[in-house]
Amino acid sequence: MIAFENVAYNYGGGELLSEVSIRLAPGSFHFLTGPSGAGKTTFLKLAYAELLPTAGHVTVFDRDVRSLTRDDVAMVRRRVGVVHQDVQFLDHLPLAANVALPLTVAGRDGHAQDLTDLLGWVGLGKLADALPASLSGGERQRGALARAIIMGPDVILADEPTGNLDWEMSLRLLTLLVELNKMGKTILIATHDLNLIRQAKSLVAARVLRIRNRRIQLAGADL
Amino acid sequence: MSLRRSLAAMILPDRQADRVVPPSGPTAWLTTFTAGAMTFLAVFALALSLASGRLADRWAGALAGTATIRIAAPADQMAVQTAAVLDILKTTPGIASARAMTDDEQRALLAPWFGPDLPIEALPIPRLVELTEATDGLDAEGLRQRLLAEAPGAVLDDHTRWQRPLAVAASRLNLLGTLSMALIAATMAAMITLAANASLAANAQVIKVLRLVGAQDDYIAAAFVRRFTLRALAGSAIGAVAGTIGIALLPPVDEAGGFLTGLGFTGAGWLLPLALPPIAAAVALLATRAAAFRKLRELT
Repeated sequence: MIAFENVAYNYGGGELLSEVSIRLAPGSFHFLTGPSGAGKTTFLKLAYAELLPTAGHVTVFDRDVRSLTRDDVAMVRRRVGVVHQDVQFLDHLPLAANVALPLTVAGRDGHAQDLTDLLGWVGLGKLADALPASLSGGERQRGALARAIIMGPDVILADEPTGNLDWEMSLRLLTLLVELNKMGKTILIATHDLNLIRQAKSLVAARVLRIRNRRIQLAGADL
Repeated sequence: MSLRRSLAAMILPDRQADRVVPPSGPTAWLTTFTAGAMTFLAVFALALSLASGRLADRWAGALAGTATIRIAAPADQMAVQTAAVLDILKTTPGIASARAMTDDEQRALLAPWFGPDLPIEALPIPRLVELTEATDGLDAEGLRQRLLAEAPGAVLDDHTRWQRPLAVAASRLNLLGTLSMALIAATMAAMITLAANASLAANAQVIKVLRLVGAQDDYIAAAFVRRFTLRALAGSAIGAVAGTIGIALLPPVDEAGGFLTGLGFTGAGWLLPLALPPIAAAVALLATRAAAFRKLRELT
């Protein structure tokens, strides 16, 4: 589904990732951990073709990202839901319109009931008409998750999705992601929250990857 | 996506897509104002261009098909020379009519310079013969040769030396009008491009979100292009109406005013300013589209 083969990435100020080879199989659940600045966000951006590797190959849905046109990248984004720590919404649109945005840009008419159900599933059923500025951090994160999955993506990439949330809200978001994985979605969560990873292990068979010295390793029992 | 499909997407209304870009921005007025002001000027440039064309036609029409023969001879020879010239003209192909001007007519011609009481009989003033060419045209050079041989004091003036600079002047004015319209269009395109760039930069966050959720460049560009095109169309319509009213308020055409009072539209020409708003909208569409795609590649 998404594969890295000897991938390196260089920001210009030195190599951030080096010799990264990993494959995200369909339906798998991965955590990506490592200290701040280790390259977790860069890894995710490489995975959804926001960045191109400076060496090696990133393959998304069997296509090398270097061969993708800008329109192709847009089509990839419709199959990869992305949740960022700093959730980016269109501030002039209400939550429901923001959540439905992937459908809007794809020219697809979503069923209003489906949207209502989705908002209800993430616990935001009563906030459909609220503007993003009036939402709390947890509500924004759950709104972002709803937006990321509304197109029925094959993969969900989450970058520090619980970074601004309290423990209770973090667990709620984690539960939603685990449920999605049980529906067959491939999940990759970048986080430095080891407690969250430990909690998840009791819910799902997750592999934990760690970035250390620019390379990705499979984390052991120390987590 | 093909250019045709891309352009169609930018013209056809899409309420959903139009909502994704915030409804107003600091550059909203700039496009409308620029299109309005430029179209206002374009109406005058158009009027100048049309007026210069009419002027060229008028000058050419007034002088075309006529010629003058000037006979310089001693007073006692003038009648003989004049009769000889008229005889020559009777047998010259391509001449519809010819007649010698009377003393009164020549006095009237000179009156603006010498006053009405000029004693024309006492002065050695050349006699003028006015001739009208037939539709098949006159062999001016052949006539000159005959006059040289048979009436040496007669000189043919077929107005070519007057017509040519007038035609050149009118043609230059016409070119100036056309060039002005091209410059106005280019200036409008440049201003709208600046406004579009500013708007795209101000909405960089919106664009990033749209790209993140899978929007293609055509979709994002179209949302901006439609907005700028409509603003340009509205501003241009206002400018066209204002410019046309300005032209209509100019003093009416009269002989004394000449060219300046002839700066306007005639007949169906009054409809031509209606073509300017669609042209302005097309300029805005192309300028914004180019700016949008360039900016999208920079931003994401």
